[in-house]
Amino acid sequence: MIYAQFFLGSIKRILIGSKVYYAWVLFLLALVLMGAFAYYDQVTTGLITTRMRDQVPWGLYIGNFTFLVGVAAAAVVLVIPAYIYDWGPIKEIVIFGELLAISAIAMCFLFVTVDIGRPDRVWHLFPIVGGLNLPFSILAWDVVVLTLYFLLNFSIATYLVYKAFTGKKYSTKIVVPLVLLSIPLAVSIHTVTAFLYSGIPARPFWNASILAPRFLASAFCSGPALIVMLLQVLRKTTSFKIQDEAIWKVAELMAYAMFLNLFLFGAEIFKEYYSDTHHLIFHEYAFFGVRGHNAIVIPVWTALIFQIAALVLFLIPRTRKNWITLNIGCVMIYLGVYIEKGLGLVIPGLTPDVLGEIYEYFPSWTELKVTAGIYAAGFLLFTFMVKIANSITLGEFQFEPKREGPAQQ
Amino acid sequence: MTVKHPLFDDPSRCADARSCTAADCAERASCQAGQRLPKLQASRRGFLKATAAAAAALSLARCGKDVFQGRFSELSKAEVKEIISGLEREYRKKYPVNRKGKQLITVTAEPPQPGVVFGYGLDLTRCIGCRTCVHACVDENNQSRKPQIQWIKVLELEKRRGVDLMHSDPYYNPPKVPEPGKYYLPVACQQCSNPPCTRVCPVKATWKEKDGIVVVDYNWCIGCRYCVVACPYGARHFNWAEPTVPEEEIEPNMHYLGNRPRMKGVVEKCTFCIQRVRAPVDQRTGKPAAERDQNIPGKGRYPACVEACPVGARKFGNLLDPKSEIRYILENKRVLVLKEELNTRPKFYYFYAT
Repeated sequence: MIYAQFFLGSIKRILIGSKVYYAWVLFLLALVLMGAFAYYDQVTTGLITTRMRDQVPWGLYIGNFTFLVGVAAAAVVLVIPAYIYDWGPIKEIVIFGELLAISAIAMCFLFVTVDIGRPDRVWHLFPIVGGLNLPFSILAWDVVVLTLYFLLNFSIATYLVYKAFTGKKYSTKIVVPLVLLSIPLAVSIHTVTAFLYSGIPARPFWNASILAPRFLASAFCSGPALIVMLLQVLRKTTSFKIQDEAIWKVAELMAYAMFLNLFLFGAEIFKEYYSDTHHLIFHEYAFFGVRGHNAIVIPVWTALIFQIAALVLFLIPRTRKNWITLNIGCVMIYLGVYIEKGLGLVIPGLTPDVLGEIYEYFPSWTELKVTAGIYAAGFLLFTFMVKIANSITLGEFQFEPKREGPAQQ
Repeated sequence: MTVKHPLFDDPSRCADARSCTAADCAERASCQAGQRLPKLQASRRGFLKATAAAAAALSLARCGKDVFQGRFSELSKAEVKEIISGLEREYRKKYPVNRKGKQLITVTAEPPQPGVVFGYGLDLTRCIGCRTCVHACVDENNQSRKPQIQWIKVLELEKRRGVDLMHSDPYYNPPKVPEPGKYYLPVACQQCSNPPCTRVCPVKATWKEKDGIVVVDYNWCIGCRYCVVACPYGARHFNWAEPTVPEEEIEPNMHYLGNRPRMKGVVEKCTFCIQRVRAPVDQRTGKPAAERDQNIPGKGRYPACVEACPVGARKFGNLLDPKSEIRYILENKRVLVLKEELNTRPKFYYFYAT
């Protein structure tokens, strides 16, 4: 009874909203539809509709997958201070970090699915019925940790929201151990994703032990950048209270993470340029182009400049606490890391290819449309979950012991 | 293996589309499942195997697609036999005429022979970069003509630079080869003893056979292309679209793990012409079935590229046979392998004969 009411009430919450809400949902649905058509074309014709080829077998899809694993992992940036240091103001926004993680992982699964050549065989990746190549394949490990992380965050978020719905206090005996478990798991999803690349000796650009720490550092800026912006939107559009202090604290953590990220990047650049081996050609391709091939030079420099500029904005307390400069910094970090962890990581790793050929990859329209569709689907999921969670925590939608009806405000 | 069922030994019964009913298929499935269960240890594994067997039987009976076929390496001999005869029927119908006229298409799943590990030698002093091997390989292995897939890539390099892959040119196209100052380096799968490609496969769809050949189960590959990324030699190729081979160009002697037609969205690679080098063995005598076809005494035929090379730059043989030509080369010539520092331990040896 109570479950049914929770479930049906949640669906009702999704269906009812303001005009702005409907416009937003319709916009996302249109994008999803566009992506679905593009994907249908890709499935029927083959991945030849993308610009990936044998020389560059991975592209935009895997780049987005990598970036979003980072966004999902970053939920822990909020969890660590909230639960380990028991820092009050952040605690109330942890739930949104978790919902963001759930949406990001869902998008990761979608990106992997659209990338594979035989989506009809995706069940070969499932435990028991399929058969993962454990312990050897890092991709198999990634499937395992991402699934666990997804289930864990989904359980925590659902439990918290459900308890709020019934009007009871959640049990700390259940929540705290699960939340603490999510911290190492968040680190592991991004570490394993980094190992996916760094474990490939055929690609010297990736085959660096610094890759995993760099992944974590950059993720701990890009994920919170998104959260900081989303919290401001939530503050404006709902009656949800989020203290300025909480947002500034997150911004301060982002500054440390970005400094670490740039430091590790500098260490890598020193090693490559000072040793000046054959392997330098991949960095050369990324930053200056090789033999006239320079398709990603501009995006790569843009990403670097954005990250440095954002670090400056976030280090100075005055610009960190100014809403305009804070948001400019967030956008720059988000875009900077998006390029760096997307095309900026995947493409120079594969160009030139293992036999020295340069094939210049740049995404096709099909890839761009499918990618937009997946992001729209992810945002749609996030919007729905936030809508349910928000109306429950604000008391608009609560358990009615006798019969279902509009809640008293 | 206590249960014996008449259907099991008679693949023709279910093969006939008209007589094939749902009941037939169900019966066949349960019979296969029943046969396999007694010798399995864990019940879950048993269930899975039974399910896979049932699915394989169902697919072979043409009552469903091959979507639920199990992993090749886990199929029983009987299941393999059935899958193969199903494929033969399918291909014979699709390609009644082929490059050998009206020769019927045969598909084998010849296993590795004991005491054999294949090795390949390529004489860099002889290779003239004519690409005859590339096209012999395309023809023999039914590689897609459109979009074009070629398992062998010949690189043109400058003599003064040595083996410097980063300055190689795969698209060289002079009126006449060889060109002065240049040498040619054909690259295909190096059949590594420590292959990075099989390690990364998330679903165990590719593995190294006992005779050293690295193969792909085209029916299990999910097309994630992690192996393409991991291969240091660019030897793996993905079917970016539906592969096409004109009917009259189909090579009819096929191996399940080799040159049978592939499908869209899976990875393929050189198999040392597994359909040639693994000689069909006569079931009764245990000896090679067709003596006249053998280039390697008692061990099958040479790969197509070895046969096609006009200058004799390509050598092939059994590394475990001390009297083989490949062993002579390894013991007496200056030999190199590509990207030695990656510890892939190729069984494809480049050498200088003179």
